[in-house]
Amino acid sequence: MTNHWRDIRHADLMLINGANPAEAHPVGFQWMMRAKIERGGKMIHTDPRFTRTSAVSDKHLRIRTGTDVAYFGGLINYVLQNNLEHKEYVRFATNASFVIKESYNFTDGMFNGFDEAKKVYDTTAWAYEIGPDGFAVQDIDHPRSVLNLMRAHYSRYTPEMVERITGIQRADFLEVAKLVGEMGRPDKVMTIIYAVGLTHHTTGVQLIRSGALLQLLLGNMGRPGGGMNAERGHANIQGNTDHAISWDILPGYLRIPAPGQKNIDDYIARSAAKKLHANSLNFFGANYRKFLVSLLKSWYGDAATAANDFAFAHLPKPASDASWLSIFDAALRGKMEGLMLSGMTATSIGPDSNQVLQALSNLKWLCVMDAYSTTSSEFWREPSIDPSKVQTEVILLPATHWIEKDGSFTNSGRWAQWKEAVLPPEGEARHDHWILAEVFDRVRALYKEQGGKYPEPVLQLVMPYKDVRRPELDEIAKEINGKDLITGQRLTGFALLKDDGTTTAGDWIYTGHYPESGNLTKRRDGIQDPAKNDPTGMGYYPNWAWSWPANRRVLYNRASADSLGRPWDPKRVGIQWDAVTGRWTGDVPDYPATADPAKPDSPLPFIMTGEGTGRLFSNGVADGPFPEHYEPIESPIDNPLHPKVSATPVAFKYDERAGRPNRFGTSADYPYVATSYRLTEHEHYVTQHVDQLVALQPEAFVEVPAELAKEKGIATGDRVRVSSKRGKLEVRAVVTARLGPLTIDGKKVYQIGIPIHWGFVGINTSQHWLANALTPFVGDASSRTPEFKAFLVNIEKM
Amino acid sequence: MSEVEVSRRQFLQIGAAGTGVLGGLSPLGFDLTQAITVKQKLRIEGATVSHSVCPYCAVGCALLAYTKKNADGKVELLQIEGDPDSPVNEGRLCPKGASALQLAVSRRRVPSPMYREPGAKEWKTVSWDFALDRLARNIKASRDRTFVTTDANGNLVNRCEGIAFAGGAAFSSEEGYLATKLMRSLGYVYLEQQARV
Ligand code: SF4
Repeated sequence: MTNHWRDIRHADLMLINGANPAEAHPVGFQWMMRAKIERGGKMIHTDPRFTRTSAVSDKHLRIRTGTDVAYFGGLINYVLQNNLEHKEYVRFATNASFVIKESYNFTDGMFNGFDEAKKVYDTTAWAYEIGPDGFAVQDIDHPRSVLNLMRAHYSRYTPEMVERITGIQRADFLEVAKLVGEMGRPDKVMTIIYAVGLTHHTTGVQLIRSGALLQLLLGNMGRPGGGMNAERGHANIQGNTDHAISWDILPGYLRIPAPGQKNIDDYIARSAAKKLHANSLNFFGANYRKFLVSLLKSWYGDAATAANDFAFAHLPKPASDASWLSIFDAALRGKMEGLMLSGMTATSIGPDSNQVLQALSNLKWLCVMDAYSTTSSEFWREPSIDPSKVQTEVILLPATHWIEKDGSFTNSGRWAQWKEAVLPPEGEARHDHWILAEVFDRVRALYKEQGGKYPEPVLQLVMPYKDVRRPELDEIAKEINGKDLITGQRLTGFALLKDDGTTTAGDWIYTGHYPESGNLTKRRDGIQDPAKNDPTGMGYYPNWAWSWPANRRVLYNRASADSLGRPWDPKRVGIQWDAVTGRWTGDVPDYPATADPAKPDSPLPFIMTGEGTGRLFSNGVADGPFPEHYEPIESPIDNPLHPKVSATPVAFKYDERAGRPNRFGTSADYPYVATSYRLTEHEHYVTQHVDQLVALQPEAFVEVPAELAKEKGIATGDRVRVSSKRGKLEVRAVVTARLGPLTIDGKKVYQIGIPIHWGFVGINTSQHWLANALTPFVGDASSRTPEFKAFLVNIEKM
Repeated sequence: MSEVEVSRRQFLQIGAAGTGVLGGLSPLGFDLTQAITVKQKLRIEGATVSHSVCPYCAVGCALLAYTKKNADGKVELLQIEGDPDSPVNEGRLCPKGASALQLAVSRRRVPSPMYREPGAKEWKTVSWDFALDRLARNIKASRDRTFVTTDANGNLVNRCEGIAFAGGAAFSSEEGYLATKLMRSLGYVYLEQQARV
C-alpha cells in the first residue's frame, strides 16, 4: 500500500478491483465501511462475482476477469476527453510534459522495439528526448509529450469498446466514470484498492499501472485517502518481500546484479535511476551505492573492502528469470536438483498442479519445513501417484509457529509490528531461522573440511550472533537496522549510510527501526489515547509500531500539497510547509524536511524517481510504456482492439520454449471462463488443519451461474466435473446468481468461480482435488506472476 | 508480558470484539455477548498477557494472547483475542484470527523430523542430527554439481543453478532476512515466496 489501512477512511470514492475485502480482509474492510458511513464515501466494486463486498457497495460492476486494463483505460480516456484531470497536479507531479523520442510507435497492438526472435521488447526503445543539458526535454504541448501520446493511446478506449471487452454496460460504466471524473478536484480524493487477484494475469503489472496512471491524472497519489493500495494476503508477505525472498532483488528493492556487470560501477550504471531533470533529487538512484555497499559490509564484513569492490563478486548473477514458474520449469527440464520449501506448499499454490507434481518427482531431494504436513511433503503419495516410482528423497522438518517465536510482521500498510514469543516450541519443533542457520553452519563445515566450488562466500559470511546455530531475532533485527562501524552505534536513518565501507545495513529501508534507543516496532501508543497518540488527527499513530521508510505513513506525501506546500485539501493534510519554523509538518515528509518549496530550485515532489515526478509513461515494464489491454492466454474471444495481436506478445510460454506439448485450451473445447479465489474461513491451505475452520467451510465446491446451470441441468449439491486442458476437479456445484452471464463482443460468456483451498492433506482428506490443477502455466511478462485468475474450462454434470 | 489487570473498559471492548459486525466467530447466529464475557473472565483470570499479530492475512490485526503456567510447568494458551489498542483492528478479528488458537495448539503438528527414502511408501522418524546432516550434504553436493562460476560469455556469475528456496510469508521479517542472506551466500538464484503465487 502507498497508504495504510486506517487511512482508507479519508476516501471520497473507493474503486475496489480484483479484490473482495469484505470476505478476504474483513477487519481491514472496516476502514472502507467507515469511509462510507462516516464521510459518505462511495464504494464501487468491479469484480466478476457479486460478493459481500458488492453487497454493501454503491455499485457493483460485473467485469470479465482479466479485462481491468480496458476498464481503467476507459476511465482514463473519460477523464482526458472531458478535461477532468487535476491539471496543476499533473503539471507539477507527473511526467506529462516530458517529450518522447520520435521512434516511439504503437500500431495494431505492437509497441516499437519488438525482437521477433526473442519475443521481447527492447525497453530502452521507449525513451525521452534528451536536451543539450543532458536532461529530458519538457513541453506539454508538444505532439509527443507524454500527455498527448497518452491521449492518443487511450482514445481507443471508448465506452463502447469498454463494453465489448469487459462486458460492463455503457450506462453503468458512464455512471461510474462520472463519479471518478469528480475526483480530479483538489478537494476530492479517491483510493484504489486491490489484492493479489489483480496481479494474477498475463497483464498483471499493467493492470496495476493502469490504476496508478488514473490516480496520477486525478492527483490522488501521495494524499491521505488516496493512493494505490494492495491488500496483501499473507501475514508477512510484505516484510519478506522487503527483505528480498525474491529472485530479482536484494534487500530494500536493490536489483540483483546481472551477468556482465563486472563491478559495482557497472551495476550502478545499469540498476540505479538516472537524474532526468535538473530539480530531481533522484534520491534512490543517487544513493544506490551506499545501500549496496552497506549491505555487502553487513554480509561479508572485513572480507568486503574497497580493494575487492566490497566482495561484489560474491553476489550471484542469474542468467534469466528465476521466479516461481521458472523453478518448476527447470525441474521439468531436469535442471533442478533440490528444493527447500518453508510454510509454502508448491503442490497446491502454483499453477498447473499436475505439472508441478511431475516437477517435484524430477527432483533429487525436497526439504519441507513446516508446522504441519503439506501437499508438498506428502506429494509422493498424492492419490494418483505410485510412491515406488518417485525417486525424490524427502525431508520433513517440524517448524515452530508464529506464536512460538518473536520477531516482526509487516502488514499491507508497511507497519512493522513486533510480536512476542507466547509459547515454547511444541514438542521437537524448531524455529525456521534456527534450522536455516544450523544447516548453513553444517554446509560451511563441509566446505572447510572438503573444499568445493567457490567456497569464499560460504566461508566469509558474517554470522554475528551469540550462537551461530541459534541466532536471536532481536540480534538479526539490529543487523537489519545497521550501524556505524567507527562508533559502533546503530543508525537512526538511512540518510547516514555511506559508500566507503564504514556503515552496515542489512536492509536500508528498515534503517532507523532499531536505533540505540530501542526497537521501535514494539511501540504501542494506539487508540487507548487518540488525543495524545494521534496528534494530527489523521490516524498516523506515529508511535504505534514503525513503518518503512523512516516511519512514514503515506508514501509520496509531498504530492499531497501544491508546489508551494499548501495541502490540496486543508481538511485532509498529508504534509504542509510551515514557513515560520521552516519545516514540513504532518506525516514524516517524503521530502527533505527543511526544503523551502518556494525556492525555484526546490526538489520535484517524487524524490525517488529520476524524473522527480510520477511516471505516466515508463520503460520499467517489459510489455509497454503505456498499459494496453491484451486478452488472457486462454480467452473466449479475439481482442477487439487488435485481433491479430490478441494476447500479449511477450508472455513467456514455458512449455513451448522447452519443447513440451501444448497445455493451453481453446474455447471450442473449454467454452467457459473461470477464475479462482479464497473464502473468508480459509487461508490458502494451512487452515485445512484447523478444526473450527474446516467445520465452517468443510468441502470443496465450484460456483456456477444460475443460467448456465439451467442449461446443463445442474442443481446445487450436484457433483460436477470441471476440466481444463490441464486437469480436472470433481466437486459439488453451488448454483448462484452471484455469477451472471456477460455479453462480450456480442457473445454470451459465462464465468465459473473456483475456491482454492482444498487438497489431499488436512482434516477432511476426502476433499483431495487441487483447484490449481486447472490453472495455466504462464505468467506476466514483467513479473511472471501466473495467470490464476483467467482461464478456460468445461463443466459437466456427473 | 505483564500480569492481566482487566479493566472495565477492556472488558467492554472484549465483549464488543467477540460479536462485532465484522469480527468474531459466531457461526451459531445468535448473540453470545453475555456468555463470552462471563467465560472469558474465568478463562483469563490470573493469566499472563502477551502481544502478538494475526498469522493469517496482512491486515496485521494485533492480538492479545493469554497464557498460564500450569503446575507441571507447561505453558497453556488460554485465549487469543483482538488488541483493543491497535489503530489497525481496534480489537476486532475475523473468523480466522478469532480461531488462531487452534492453529497455535494442535494435535496435528509434525511430531519430529521425518525422512522418506527414494521410492519408499512410508515416512521414517529420524533425529534432528540425521535430518540436518542429510540436508547439509544434499545442499553441498547439489551446489557443487550445479555451480556456475563463469558463463558461456566469460562473465563471472558465481551462481548455484540447481537448488531453489521458496517460502517466507509466514516468517518473522528477521527470519526472512536471514533466509535471503544465507541463500544468496550459497549462490542461489531461484528464490521465491508467496508474492507471485
Ligand atoms: S483477524 Fe482476519 S482480517 Fe485480521 S489479520 Fe487475521 S485474517 Fe486478517
